[in-house]
Amino acid sequence: MTEALHMKHIVKVYSNGVMANKDVTLCVGQGEIHALSGENGAGKSTLMKILFGEEQATSGEIFVNGKQEHITSPQMAIRLGIGMVHQHFMLVPSLSVTENVIMGTEPRKGLFIDQKHARQQVEELGKKYNLYIDPDKKIRDLTVGQKQKVEILKALFRGAKILILDEPTAVLTPQETAELFEELKHLRESGYTIIFISHKLNEIKEICDRITIIRRGVTMGVHNVADVTEEDISRLMVGRDVVLKIEKKPAKPGKPLLRVKNLKVADETGAIHLNGVSFTLREGEILGIAGVEGNGQSQMINAITGMGHVSSGSIELAGNDITGAGVRKIRSMKLAHIPEDRMTAGVAANLSIRENVIADKLSWKRFSSGGLLKRKEIRTYGEEMVREYQILCKSQDVEIGSLSGGNIQKGVVARELSAEPVVVVANQPTRGVDVGASEFIRQRLIDIRDQGKGVLLITSDLNEVLGLSDSLIVMYEGRIVAYISDVSSMTEAELGTYMLGIQTQPEERIKEALHETEQ
Amino acid sequence: MKLNSNKKIHLLVDSVKMALIIAIACGLVSLIVFAVSKEPGTAIYNFFIGPFTSLRRIGNIVEVASPLMFTALAVIIIFGSGQFSMIAEGSFFIGTAGAMIVAIACPLPAGLHPAAAILFAGVLGALAALIPALLKMKWNVSELVTSIMLNYVIQFFAIYLVTYYFREMESSSLCSVQFQETATLPVILGGTRIHAGVILALAACGAVWLCMYRTSYGTQLRITGDNALFAKYSGLNVTGVMVAAQVIAGAIAGIGGGAELLGMYNRFKWTATPGYGWTGIVVALLARNNPLLVPLAAAFIAYLNVGADIMARSSDVGREMVDIIQGVMMFLIAAEALLQGWRQRMIVKAAKAEEEAQA
Repeated sequence: MTEALHMKHIVKVYSNGVMANKDVTLCVGQGEIHALSGENGAGKSTLMKILFGEEQATSGEIFVNGKQEHITSPQMAIRLGIGMVHQHFMLVPSLSVTENVIMGTEPRKGLFIDQKHARQQVEELGKKYNLYIDPDKKIRDLTVGQKQKVEILKALFRGAKILILDEPTAVLTPQETAELFEELKHLRESGYTIIFISHKLNEIKEICDRITIIRRGVTMGVHNVADVTEEDISRLMVGRDVVLKIEKKPAKPGKPLLRVKNLKVADETGAIHLNGVSFTLREGEILGIAGVEGNGQSQMINAITGMGHVSSGSIELAGNDITGAGVRKIRSMKLAHIPEDRMTAGVAANLSIRENVIADKLSWKRFSSGGLLKRKEIRTYGEEMVREYQILCKSQDVEIGSLSGGNIQKGVVARELSAEPVVVVANQPTRGVDVGASEFIRQRLIDIRDQGKGVLLITSDLNEVLGLSDSLIVMYEGRIVAYISDVSSMTEAELGTYMLGIQTQPEERIKEALHETEQ
Repeated sequence: MKLNSNKKIHLLVDSVKMALIIAIACGLVSLIVFAVSKEPGTAIYNFFIGPFTSLRRIGNIVEVASPLMFTALAVIIIFGSGQFSMIAEGSFFIGTAGAMIVAIACPLPAGLHPAAAILFAGVLGALAALIPALLKMKWNVSELVTSIMLNYVIQFFAIYLVTYYFREMESSSLCSVQFQETATLPVILGGTRIHAGVILALAACGAVWLCMYRTSYGTQLRITGDNALFAKYSGLNVTGVMVAAQVIAGAIAGIGGGAELLGMYNRFKWTATPGYGWTGIVVALLARNNPLLVPLAAAFIAYLNVGADIMARSSDVGREMVDIIQGVMMFLIAAEALLQGWRQRMIVKAAKAEEEAQA
């Protein structure tokens, strides 16, 4: 096997003192799909940033095709034939596929871009690698899966021979994932080398040849995927046995807690994001919301939690009308909200863990009186949260933004679940969170349910939505297209057909989601 | 353990950085002085040592620092809430105008008189700051733009008041009639002009620190300043917090204006705003937005100003020199990369040492 890439003994210390890579070695052979796995905060992203020239290693060596290189910028990485497909797409929505693919490396004709030639090149490249997308389409009109193809095309167009895919399946439906895997296999046959970063063990088993596992900044070894089981991989990642299957008792749904009726949301431009959604979340139930991202889930969550507006319809929380109410009022009625993106809405990154877990409780009598903070109480509470939610940190005084993604999420979950909620809206609660922390967060949500509270779960992780939910709603283009009262009877493939809008349940079935008869 | 070692590293590097910045700025001054002056020795001596040669001059440092503390505090509060209103300048000046009105037109007993005047100054300062805050809240107008424009309006309004209602007719230059004697702030240290306003300034520094780090409102302010979306999501009244921050800051700047006028003058003599609001930004930056470091930072800037004044009086170098120093310092403070390599090496070493200790 010829080595396409060899990163030897990489050490990286960030300026805040975090040692993200302590000793990482990654050796990738020519023409293989190589999985890179590890918990969040293990140092995968750091390693890839170093490889792509976005960060510099503190020490260590990098060999590309047997030659030692100092990669100082992404431009240089691209010149060396390294291409990155980011998890969050780096595309310009208002430009066409061709324009996005050629951006920065436009074929020229004198001073101008050779449009015809460019279009032709993009088209050929797409056809050659089974990645065909109409070159004239605008990015904003593409589905998530298609956008990903454009990202891959972009890397190939720049001459990448080594492709890094950062959690590529996180946003895809099962059908799209299967398609992606076919394309990746095709690329492998054409001699490309692929580094596949993923938490999803079944996908690694399915498509990868070898796997390198990193734990806490140290390489735990490289294995042939065929020789190890999913359990082995997760044990190497986490350092202990992990329950991969979600265990829970059958639900005992009680009285309605959150009732949404005929909810409609349109934005200023008149675009309708949510078109008449009705459902009821009951006591002691986890109600899952499945759907490809961008089908109205965000608008619905914003409307329920007071972050966004309601065009028409009504929302009731424990019998009280909260339609259009503000966040403060809704929170005071014991609705907790784990936001979709922890960094934009979930934390004040430069403030301490303590200040972050207390942010929604500043007016509680326990923590302040007459406008003055009760510092001892707050400190005790911060200590409690760090311990109880196993937030890995030096102390509660450190800035929450300096923690790893999984630990920041634990901080968010700690704040929300400790607010004595009656209803928890959990939006992507384990996105980008490692196996160990995901297990922990899921268990907490089940505990909340077992205490007779309601959990509204929105997640793009199909395993999670099927494993954790008691009943399930599927959303497509701002409507509910399916209501499944017993999730255990559902398969991923069937769910996929609803998510893609291929299949829709009859109206009567969907109406059952409201549970109107059981007042 | 790790946190402590990191904290030490940051403290060490930051202190050395600050010393280096001051050294570079002073070096630059010497360089310019040597280039332009016929008597560079006298100029440099007067600039650096001059401010310490008499009690009166040391007193000058404290007097000049006093208004800067107020405006720096205002800047810290406003910027801390994530807003970029430059109203400290305007609030300070409308405060001086307000204090003048009370000092001239309202006969009150001594003791009560300056208190009433300063209180009125604070109210006017708060009202001035409220205008850009409300415009932002209601119509989403940039507070940066409106506050700067409003500063001009305030400047000319104050001068209009003096010119048409309170002018001393017997004086050839523009100034107000004398304040009533009951209105002036007492001098607290004989041989200097250090007045009671300084005590007020120091108290304000402590009060602002307490407010920011020990009260529920202060925590809300810092949360809002760091991430307004998160503040909204947490159920905080974000616009309320922002508006309140600007009003409090305006009141502090206004009080500063009142105290300055009644402590240092017996007539209103300004014909343009004195620029303390802008210098307050430098002081806030130098104090790293920490209210408790404001007195130190203000004293340093004041020292430079007093030194420049003495130099200008006793040599052929102009006092504008101090503006060059301030500019250079702001530039260097903002330069994140300065000494970053050194800091990084120490952090790497500490991280590795800790790693070994654990192993």
